[in-house]
Amino acid sequence: MATLETAVTRQPSSFLEGVRAAGPVMLGYLPIGFAFGVLARTAGLTVAEIGLMSVLVYAGSAQFIGAAMIGAGAPAPAIISTTFLVNLRHLLMSTALVPSLRQNRAWQNSLLAFGITDETFALNSALLRGQPASPAFVAGVHVSAQASWVLASVAGALVGQMAANTEALGLDFALPAMFIGLLVPQISGAERWKKVLSALVAAAVSIGILLLSPGSGWAIIGATVVGATVGVLLK
Amino acid sequence: MTVRPAVLAIILGMALVTYLPRMLPLVVLSRVQLPPLVLKWLSYVPVSVLAALLAKELLMTDAGLAFPPAHPHLLAALPAFIVAATTRSLMGTVIAGIAAMALLRLVL
Repeated sequence: MATLETAVTRQPSSFLEGVRAAGPVMLGYLPIGFAFGVLARTAGLTVAEIGLMSVLVYAGSAQFIGAAMIGAGAPAPAIISTTFLVNLRHLLMSTALVPSLRQNRAWQNSLLAFGITDETFALNSALLRGQPASPAFVAGVHVSAQASWVLASVAGALVGQMAANTEALGLDFALPAMFIGLLVPQISGAERWKKVLSALVAAAVSIGILLLSPGSGWAIIGATVVGATVGVLLK
Repeated sequence: MTVRPAVLAIILGMALVTYLPRMLPLVVLSRVQLPPLVLKWLSYVPVSVLAALLAKELLMTDAGLAFPPAHPHLLAALPAFIVAATTRSLMGTVIAGIAAMALLRLVL
């Protein structure tokens, strides 16, 4: 498996490099996707509905909330507006990918945009560092990450109960560990203390918002806006 | 293999409101030249997003703030941080984190 160090010396370009880079995301999506399938089945969704949601919506926390709300018989406008709020944070990630993807054709970017998640954004932005990226590489990351998500959620829906205690195996820590592995190498260069402060402020704001308003869809957005602004303002 | 029409409508609605915020900035803003200050601001977005997501994972559960031993994530993060800082290997960091978490669940 390539390290971040080797990956940034040459800009990755092929679809297969994207698939390989997506390994940690695919691994992390397996237990969460499976758990989503189990929960959505318990909430009364059919296997086909669960698969369809993972293909068309493809957003972890919004799908958990959506399935629970459908199961509880919530009205469609409430479910859809909740989904919108929970997923609004992707606006910022989509904007932050502009420097790397602007040279692509609009139809390429409108397809690639479908695969932006917290995890694929974290991976792509760490690997690409604002440098121009080939659409094939990003497609490789996005297609393999979503394939893992869809397969895992359908498997969970079919099995209908947890097949193994993924928590005892530590698998629920795959994505937090990936965030650590992506964050640490970015704290480098002459301006690293600005990055550290920006990160600490973002962490504090996110926890603050979640304490004031549990489950808030604004936590990541608010934390990112404040954290990035602090980074820019520091002299 | 049944999909109820009402559920299909909800899923399509969820898909639309999820896709638009993912797509619009990337497609629209790629056509304009972003000012240097905005580009600088955007360069801090990945670090801020990562830190916010990580803080949430390490410190929060649905019931609020949580710490080891009930929520061992903060402890499992230590070996992951060390591996990340010394090797810069993404897969190595993930494996160290998973192993540390499995071990903590065994002993705590």
